[in-house]
Amino acid sequence: MAITTARSALPVRRRAPRNVAWSRFLSWLGLHAVAVAIAIAFVAPLVFILLTAVMTDQQALTPDLWPRVWRWDNYVTVFRAAPLVTYFANSLLYAVLSTGLMLLSSVPVAYAMSRMRWRGRDLLFYTVIVAMLLPPQVIAIPIYVLWAHLHLTGTLWPLILPNLFGDAFSIFLMRQFLITIPQSYSDSARVDGASELQILLRVIVPMGKPGIAAAALFSFLNAWNDYFGPLLYTGENQANWTLSVALASFHSVHQVQWNLTMAATVLVMLPVIVLFFFAQKQFIEGIKFSGVKG
Amino acid sequence: MTAVLEQRPGGAAVARPPARRRRRGRGRRLTILAFMAPWLIGLTLFFLYPAVATLVYSFTNFDLIDDPTFAGLKNYVFLFSSDPLLWTSIGNTVWLTVAITVGRVVFGLVAAVVLVRIKRGAGVFRTLFYLPALAPPVAASLAFVFLLNPATGPVNQFLHLFGIQGPLWFNDPAWAKPSLAVLGLWTSGTIIVIFLAALLDVPGELYEAASLDGANGWQQFRSITVPAISPVLTFAVVSSIITGLQYFTEAVVAGAVASGSSYTSGSSNNLGYPSNSTLTFPMWLYEQAFHQFHMGYASAMAMVLFLVSGIFTVVLVNRMRSAGIGEEEE
Repeated sequence: MAITTARSALPVRRRAPRNVAWSRFLSWLGLHAVAVAIAIAFVAPLVFILLTAVMTDQQALTPDLWPRVWRWDNYVTVFRAAPLVTYFANSLLYAVLSTGLMLLSSVPVAYAMSRMRWRGRDLLFYTVIVAMLLPPQVIAIPIYVLWAHLHLTGTLWPLILPNLFGDAFSIFLMRQFLITIPQSYSDSARVDGASELQILLRVIVPMGKPGIAAAALFSFLNAWNDYFGPLLYTGENQANWTLSVALASFHSVHQVQWNLTMAATVLVMLPVIVLFFFAQKQFIEGIKFSGVKG
Repeated sequence: MTAVLEQRPGGAAVARPPARRRRRGRGRRLTILAFMAPWLIGLTLFFLYPAVATLVYSFTNFDLIDDPTFAGLKNYVFLFSSDPLLWTSIGNTVWLTVAITVGRVVFGLVAAVVLVRIKRGAGVFRTLFYLPALAPPVAASLAFVFLLNPATGPVNQFLHLFGIQGPLWFNDPAWAKPSLAVLGLWTSGTIIVIFLAALLDVPGELYEAASLDGANGWQQFRSITVPAISPVLTFAVVSSIITGLQYFTEAVVAGAVASGSSYTSGSSNNLGYPSNSTLTFPMWLYEQAFHQFHMGYASAMAMVLFLVSGIFTVVLVNRMRSAGIGEEEE
């Protein structure tokens, strides 16, 4: 039965006539061929990046695809080519603080929007969706002016501090998750005389962990991958660059060193990939909840 | 987790005196206000105020150093009559939005349909398909400029095996946008995962009944799959359009790297390289606001972006409403 496809299994299984078995085999073959082809196309770029990262300067400029000498020390050299440790620390500061502040501010909002009933709740939920969809460039100018008045342009604080006031996408994601927890859990806790804060901390946070974890992961990832924000606020102040901003200008300084550029690219991608392998389930669940549940 | 709560005897809730209930009602409102406070402040400070301020700025001359001075409709008139690059940037944004949306939805659907029918190794394939979507956009753009390098890049060498002379990709005005669209396909994992989840929700009996009736694969796809996942399809299309309108990072980085310069250091000569073919509307807005400091003018551009994205946002919100996203599941 290995060759039957998921949808065609009939309740009564008789030995299929030879031509049916043959066409099933063909469709099995076709499906796997397409899957393998896509997989190769998706993985190949990563393989080429990894291979180029350990080539010599000269070889990286040739059409060779396989390193003749494996220059693992490129990964050391690249730290001398640019202050990557500083940029790494800046990226980490941005991502960790943003995520922490987001959780502090957005979990209670998501709770009030999913676990309590009050007038205006749905209206405010729509403001979250609209804010989430609004292109950042639309409102960037007055916000920039605001931070310039506070003399905080040139730093990462204009990107970190707003998380104190709720992040729209995180609120949306967590609200969508928390609302699936049956209300009876909250109701029985209320009957027992628990306050809403107690219910939030002792019932909903433990039960809503997968949704909260997914929101935290995406918050971290969005900050880590962000280019527009750090470019806008720290572009002129190299000491506060994040890895994204630094990587974008790395190649202009090291023109003929594709090997080092690719080594830097690997180093920027690595934390994200490691994070994914440790928390694959949360990522996938989070994406499903961010899409409309049909 | 209810152990803590069970310590309290729950009899009080049955017949609570009215005075106490009223006090509880006020306390409840205060709790809601306290929980909602971050968002109420955030919404005002980072959305409502900036939206109004952008509108006000759009009627002024403003360079960040001096106070804004009233300019009437001048910014809007210039925008639609004299800006040399406005229509180029709009055209590029529309091109990229359409190409990436169509590409991702069609490709995502094909990939998801394949994945849903594979039994063994489906998890591995899903991981591989999704992984590139996580790559930082700057890193992915840089990688693609390397992969699509006209002379030494692996892609053109692969084409060379078949005797095909590969294009100049990011260095050719005609091929730069298609190159970005290919990059968009590589990072389409999110849509694949969303489609896959939707396909797995379609009841299998529908297919069994249809195949008993003799419907072939394509007929089943058209009359069962597409209607069943149409809310998810709409969501994917509209949210992809809204993302497309913001297209910025990949175009900035790919253009800068392919031209051998850097956008960060303030040199904007190569913005939209080659020959403005990758200059998107948000890039032009950014350039006007934060490099030229034409903040009043850029605010007028922002209002245009606001209006266009607003239309799609309304469509999406309505769609979510009819899909019951604002309601509780019980």
